[in-house]
Amino acid sequence: MLIARNPHILGPFRWQPGFASLTSLPPDSFVDLHALQLDDARALLEHDAQNGDRNTDESAVHYLQRVIDGLCDLSLKDPLTGLGNRRHFHGVLARAIETVARSGDSVLLLLLDIDHFKSVNDTHGHLAGDQVLRTVADCLARCVRPVDTVARYGGEEFAVILPHCRPAFGRAVAERIRASVAALAIDIAPLQTLTATISIGGAYAPEWVRSTADLWIERADQQLYRAKTEGRNRVCLDQPRELAVSAEEKGLLFGQLELDELALPGPALTRVNA
Amino acid sequence: MNATLTPAAPDAADTLLVHPIGKVLAVTSGKGGVGKTFVSANLAAALAKRGLKVLVLDADLGLANLDVVLNLYPKLTLHDVFTGKATLDEAILPAPGGFSVLLAGSGMVEYSRLTPEVRGEFLRVVHSLVPRFDVILLDTGAGISDVVLFAVSLASEVLMVATPEPTSLTDAYATIKVLVGQQQRERVRLIVNQTTRAGSGVAITHQLQQVLDRFVVGSLGRPFKLSHLGDIPADPEVRQAVMRRQLLVQTQPACPASTAISLIARLLAEKFVAKAG
Repeated sequence: MLIARNPHILGPFRWQPGFASLTSLPPDSFVDLHALQLDDARALLEHDAQNGDRNTDESAVHYLQRVIDGLCDLSLKDPLTGLGNRRHFHGVLARAIETVARSGDSVLLLLLDIDHFKSVNDTHGHLAGDQVLRTVADCLARCVRPVDTVARYGGEEFAVILPHCRPAFGRAVAERIRASVAALAIDIAPLQTLTATISIGGAYAPEWVRSTADLWIERADQQLYRAKTEGRNRVCLDQPRELAVSAEEKGLLFGQLELDELALPGPALTRVNA
Repeated sequence: MNATLTPAAPDAADTLLVHPIGKVLAVTSGKGGVGKTFVSANLAAALAKRGLKVLVLDADLGLANLDVVLNLYPKLTLHDVFTGKATLDEAILPAPGGFSVLLAGSGMVEYSRLTPEVRGEFLRVVHSLVPRFDVILLDTGAGISDVVLFAVSLASEVLMVATPEPTSLTDAYATIKVLVGQQQRERVRLIVNQTTRAGSGVAITHQLQQVLDRFVVGSLGRPFKLSHLGDIPADPEVRQAVMRRQLLVQTQPACPASTAISLIARLLAEKFVAKAG
């Protein structure tokens, strides 16, 4: 077990109240780091080219924290492309749903699928397919803001979550991503380049409403399906209905009313006139 | 994922058609926070005072604050009716103002997407309520979401609540545009809440009608009438009642806002409910 009472060479590790609240450990527990089986974790991190070795001047707690952070990172990352994996995507999506429900923020979910990817694998082999995936992934990551999340959803399918993305801008963002991928020259072998296109389907979370991940993904997926059936290499968005009122309409609406209502306050009379 | 792909539901446009049911009135607004639920609850109490059997239905599917306004936190809600855990009779509650209320319950958030199943359940509930009451008030959400448009589409009369502020008027105007253009409504009735001057509701209605005529109605080839139903004057008693979570028409029946609500109730009872019944 992880818990031992004897302070040991790697140093006793006292659970802080904050930690204890996250676990079932009693608050005064000690962990003997020596008893932990860290070899597999270290091997995993070394394999992933993350520094799994312990520096000599590093405290035991720091070392353990670094191993844990490294493992968390690994569990959320797609090894081929370096993007977030599906688990990471679902975590971010769940948070976005809460944000939208509480703040009415405008969040756009895009699902992207590489067109005719199977034929790349069939014609040029899986290594070329992997290269296409990596290059497209890099391109997607470069296309978006730091606040956005790009993840590999599975196979040749990617997902992008764009918080604070107003409906008026969603199409422009998705079009920019589509065009950037279409403009790529993907080197799969010396003197051999490929081009790739993607289809994009997108949906906004209904503002002020707590949606579910399944419903939201399904709406974006329906748009992706539409983009595919309408000929690929295109963007289809599930546009929220917008309250569109032109400046001219607004001017006419209350240019006079404001004055009327804000003029000298009269007696609070009631008038019913139907 | 491709295996699960399905085309969009063919009935997605159903919310755009009006299937009005007599006795069913929708209380809606372009923007939140204009007193829609306050109006629904007090109007229901005022109609009940006139001897009518009234039910208020939380048609915002759990996002309405009807429970807060009425200080009711029931164990069984519309959510339980939808999921078959309760009968309609179990979920209908008596509200303090002598009317009945059917709250959605917070579990309803999962219905925020108007699937054909949700639409079907909702319709079934409304239709089974109709024979039991003289008036059914749908307290809908603000704006033009699927759920709001669907709820409004069931109502024979739409009562639009707005305050005289420019943002509220803009959103009311935008919502009316959708109701006129997409739902083909021929009439919406405006209640102007928190007015500070006599006659401002009439002026606002007139102004909205003019802009609607110019930008919306003109291209439709059919008439649309925005009727002024009444003003509810700004009244310090309203805040008191809201803070105490009491019904204004019960605790302060003679205050200006209560008087205004009672007048609106009288008009509704005489003009529409009698006709529909």
